[in-house]
Amino acid sequence: MWRDAVLVAGKDLRIEARSRVALWQVVPFAVLVLVLLSFAIGPDTAPLHHAAPGIFWIAVLFSTVLATQRSVAIESGDGTRDGLRLSGIDPGGIFLGKAAAVALQLLVLQLVLWAGVTFLLGVRVHVVWLALVASLLATVGLACAGVLYGALSAGLRVRETLLPLLVLPVLAPVLLAGSKAWQAALEGNAHAGADWLRILIPFAVIYLVVGTVLYGPLQEAA
Amino acid sequence: MSTHSEELGTSPRWLTVVGLLGLVALGFTVWLGLWITPPDQVQGNLARLLYIHPPIATVALYWAGGVALAGSLLYLWPRTRSFFWDRLAASAVEVGAVFAALTCVTGSIWGRPAWGAWWTWDARLTSSALLFILEVGYLALRRVPADPHLRARRSAIAALLIALDVPIVHFSVDWWQTLHQGGTVLDPGFNLHVHGSMAWTFLLGFIAFSLLFVWLLGVRYRIEALQDQLCDRELEVSLSDRWREGTELAGVGAAGPTEPDGGAA
Repeated sequence: MWRDAVLVAGKDLRIEARSRVALWQVVPFAVLVLVLLSFAIGPDTAPLHHAAPGIFWIAVLFSTVLATQRSVAIESGDGTRDGLRLSGIDPGGIFLGKAAAVALQLLVLQLVLWAGVTFLLGVRVHVVWLALVASLLATVGLACAGVLYGALSAGLRVRETLLPLLVLPVLAPVLLAGSKAWQAALEGNAHAGADWLRILIPFAVIYLVVGTVLYGPLQEAA
Repeated sequence: MSTHSEELGTSPRWLTVVGLLGLVALGFTVWLGLWITPPDQVQGNLARLLYIHPPIATVALYWAGGVALAGSLLYLWPRTRSFFWDRLAASAVEVGAVFAALTCVTGSIWGRPAWGAWWTWDARLTSSALLFILEVGYLALRRVPADPHLRARRSAIAALLIALDVPIVHFSVDWWQTLHQGGTVLDPGFNLHVHGSMAWTFLLGFIAFSLLFVWLLGVRYRIEALQDQLCDRELEVSLSDRWREGTELAGVGAAGPTEPDGGAA
């Protein structure tokens, strides 16, 4: 399974390295969300500083939807999904591989956004380990839930409109816990932030396990 | 044809009885809740809304959630796979969505005078609202035209994922301890906190909404089953029509071989 996961992740990342869709579309989109939300809140620094964690995670969440759409779209053309299904690769491995590829892209994206909130909103992360751990855990959860729901909506003609409706409410706990953990990291309150990691850990574990188990039946249904 | 007309007949007797019992129980709950029970010591008349809000929430969360989860699991399990479970789970989610919306509405009406706000970002309110949105997503997924087997499997998996939210709603009052109070009737030690006529009205409210849930579930299931039947029947009818057209055309073709489109004239 793990070998299969590495193969699938490698394939997805190689496609991304050649097509550069995430780099030229998803990352600029995330930065755009950052800028637009900052416009909406206004130029005063106090409310902007207060809203910075929320702005960061909203941008990450929207980008997750795009990254997931892209991850599903890779498999939708030229009968690729059937090819993957017939190749004898373990379905759990496919899930883990696709999730790992999305997670890696999201991590890079968060680095860019981190720089964005630092320069555009003028906030500084005081507890760096907390922000890093929160981002890492949240990314695992986002990627797993995203890929799982992506598989659920794969092969449907209305995928583009249906996926956000299905996946965004599911990702809401990550938005909440991620924002709170980041807020604590910005304020230098490590203890309060660590509490919110207790939501991110089960979320990531549950969707990792559920996704690995359910991807097989879902692939048959696609 | 006789079997068809039987299948398409009126709903079964027991379902009608359950529905009527539910309506009667609801009537009694309203009568007891509004006229017979005394006003609450702390909340006054506001407490009367609590004869319906917790029962509705119970139906939305546990009854509908439980039936949807059980139906989906039984559909996914190869040995028990049948469209019965698929339809049952789908009906439970749809009725559950209605009750989830009613939970938010009744809670909101109570919250305005009690908490001073129609809505607050409390843990239980937020997780309940999420449950409603997740159920709407499920219904949207189900409406996408697809092969019945594929649709059933997708829906079952989506329902399993929704079920992950149910324990969150249940434990939200203990985990986060925001504005919404914890267990109302029974505390974690199962001690009764409501007494006298108020307790009986409360209990009757639970019975009334549970009966109404069973009734609505049954009615919704029948609609789903009838829709499937109608689809099958339409397919049969159009198939036999095409057959007849084909044989008629073949007959006409044999009678007048010089005119290929003689059938149209």
